[in-house]
Amino acid sequence: MNKKDLSLLVLILVVGAVVAFINPRFLYVGNLSNTLNQVGMFGIFSIAEAFVIIIGGIELSVGSVIALLGVIFIDLIVNHDVNWVIAVAAVIAGGLVIGLVHGALVTRMHIQPFVVTLCGLLIYRGAARYYTEDATAGFGFGASFPTLEWLTAGRTNVLGFPLPHSVIALVIVAGVAWVLLHRSVFGRYLYAVGKNEEAARYSGIRSERVMISAYVICGGLTAFAAILFAMYTRSISPAVHGSFYELYAIAAAVLGGCSLRGGEGSIIGVVLGTVLLQVLQNLVNLLGIPSSLNFAVMGAVILIGVLADQYLVQRRHHVSPAKGRGQTSVAAAPLERVKVE
Amino acid sequence: MPEPFLELVDISKSYPGVVALDHVGLAVSPGEVIALIGENGAGKSTLMRVLGGVVEPSGGTIRVDGAERSALTVAEAIAAGIAFVHQELNLFDNLDVAGNVFIGREPVHGGPLRLIDRKALYARTQPLLDRLGTDFAPDALLADLSLAQRQLVEIMKALSLEARLVIMDEPTSSLTLSETDRLMRVIAGLKADGVSIIFITHRLNEVMQCADRAVVLRDGRMVGALTRAELSPAAMIRLMIGRDLKSLYVPPAAPPGEAVLDIVEAVTDTYPERPVSLSLRRGEILGLAGLVGSGRTELARVIFGVDPLRGGVIRLEGDPIRVASPRAAIDHGIYLIPEDRKGCGLLLDVSIAENISLPDLSSYLRFFLVNTAQETENARTQRERLKIRAPDVGTTVGSLSGGNQQKVVLAKWLSMRPKVLIFDEPTRGVDVGAKQEIYEMLRRLADAGVAILMISSDMEEVIGVSDRIAVMHEGAISGFLDRSQFSEHNVLQLAVGHAVEMRVP
Repeated sequence: MNKKDLSLLVLILVVGAVVAFINPRFLYVGNLSNTLNQVGMFGIFSIAEAFVIIIGGIELSVGSVIALLGVIFIDLIVNHDVNWVIAVAAVIAGGLVIGLVHGALVTRMHIQPFVVTLCGLLIYRGAARYYTEDATAGFGFGASFPTLEWLTAGRTNVLGFPLPHSVIALVIVAGVAWVLLHRSVFGRYLYAVGKNEEAARYSGIRSERVMISAYVICGGLTAFAAILFAMYTRSISPAVHGSFYELYAIAAAVLGGCSLRGGEGSIIGVVLGTVLLQVLQNLVNLLGIPSSLNFAVMGAVILIGVLADQYLVQRRHHVSPAKGRGQTSVAAAPLERVKVE
Repeated sequence: MPEPFLELVDISKSYPGVVALDHVGLAVSPGEVIALIGENGAGKSTLMRVLGGVVEPSGGTIRVDGAERSALTVAEAIAAGIAFVHQELNLFDNLDVAGNVFIGREPVHGGPLRLIDRKALYARTQPLLDRLGTDFAPDALLADLSLAQRQLVEIMKALSLEARLVIMDEPTSSLTLSETDRLMRVIAGLKADGVSIIFITHRLNEVMQCADRAVVLRDGRMVGALTRAELSPAAMIRLMIGRDLKSLYVPPAAPPGEAVLDIVEAVTDTYPERPVSLSLRRGEILGLAGLVGSGRTELARVIFGVDPLRGGVIRLEGDPIRVASPRAAIDHGIYLIPEDRKGCGLLLDVSIAENISLPDLSSYLRFFLVNTAQETENARTQRERLKIRAPDVGTTVGSLSGGNQQKVVLAKWLSMRPKVLIFDEPTRGVDVGAKQEIYEMLRRLADAGVAILMISSDMEEVIGVSDRIAVMHEGAISGFLDRSQFSEHNVLQLAVGHAVEMRVP
């Protein structure tokens, strides 16, 4: 855990303590369990987003993909009697294909990721609404898929605490993503491409493939999140389902230390960022702040967080020459550079 | 000699733990050309930043026109007529020449609307163009100009500010030979007009050509000043490194072996009608000379698989190979040390160890994960071998000097098994001491059986290091020179497309 993650954790604990102090209901088992369930679902697609941001891209269609794949998923199992295992596989495959298309458009056709995924945002939202003729897609009365429901939206009692399965899913996803990003060769390549694509290519990294893989991973994880959301809400109105979720994802990634220029960010940070956003969401509800201010509160906290971080970085920079005392043997060359920065 | 208008007396600058400048003095008289030389990190840039008002000295006085002060601000420096021409030019690609020269000082009309008076803008730029004898118009788009032309734009900007002293930081490091010549003429013209020049350079023949005197810094101290009469490359080098530099050329241990890489009628995108053929032999350093833009870098990019090969064949040890990407080239044992070190060679804010392992990460695998212990160990070995000066292999590459950065690029490839190494401007921005180490490494690699292609615009380097020279002109090879034919004259002749008189010089 790096310094940035640690300070984010402290921030979460402080905010949590303040909320708990003002309204003890924050710590009620039911409330915590519900908040954690949100963290689980939002965390998964935030990690998805982080993969793309780390290679220096952006994915704006997350919310629309969650809506489109969600209605397709419900339609498959409710109206077409498709076995849910097959439906899950089909939806995940759909997410992977969307990622592949985005990645190919960005790398082969050289369209800016912002533009590609903005078009995706519009197209998938429209497709979702057209697919259900703008009607709400949901499970009919009596429709029941006990295993699927237990797996996706169920909770397991752990020492008396009803732990949502979405959180377990997040822990698994985050664990795998952490190893992949921070320990594997592929992770190194992701960061290298995000930092300097040209240098990565000159080092023999097939940077286009790496970039496409990031979009594909993002698509697959988003599809997974789409299934969790569909099973959680049980009914989807395609015009609003998942809207603005891409912004939650980007916010979590930025809070978690990802740079929109690419090449930076940690999985722990992204998960903590998601936790903070959900705690804030909860805070608005619990402190009786009008829910219309929801986004304003979130925006303000993110802004303050980023400002504080910037301030700390500058201060650290200011102090750093003293730390350099042990390095006098490096000659004066690096010093000239310090002055430029 | 007229009275100096600018004097630095006993200037010191220390940062915690390091003394960057140690009681340095410098006086500048009108119309004087001063070369400021020294290895990287000697304090040249710091001294110039003191002059520009960017760095406040910790001690000493600055006297401008007799007025004494302890430091200059940027505004005072400009008011005193001190102008900078930076190595990385501060210009706007999306503006035209006139717009760049008068940026922030545009003539306006239209009262409160402050519309730009384009006519006046061009009218005021034209005399500056005439003064430098340039071949472009005030409304030429900067994006269409060459690097050398852009540099002239920067000089025009300085002149438009009534500069009395123009400071140039390595102005010729990316210029072709003929462009360098033109810059030397511009410097002579400015001198004749009474403008003083301080230029920082690593190229000693330029100092010989145009400087009135040379000031040499080493480790923040002024170690010597050479007058015009005392100037000689040997004297300068001796002062810069504090010892005599041996003659550059070290002959190979054994005569060159068979051809390793054959390039037969290779066609690049840039020069579709000019196929190139050459072969690299085992144990030989082939220098590739030519003017910038003659197609040398393009050829390197095709061999390394960055750009597609549009025709012809590349043969490695006799077998034709297809190099569709850098990955393919690397798998064949063909490596490139690119010209643009910071853009293509390195990840600047990543550690030395991670940079070195990047092209060959799959051999550091342990259960699909990167074995960082092995990575660190290998980086340490390379650091020893190449004498990379850094506190630790965890140091980020961006904080190293140019020479040490270049060694890291080299270390990437030396951890693998090179058959062919292509160096594109191996010592650009590298100080004299590190240069020598890189040359020694080149020779050791060649003696170990690697075929080396060394692209270079530095004449001393081409002649001093190569075993054989190929010269390119407008996309094609205009000739090969054997060691017996090596001379600056012959290389230049071929570079401009003339034939060489085949006599031993």
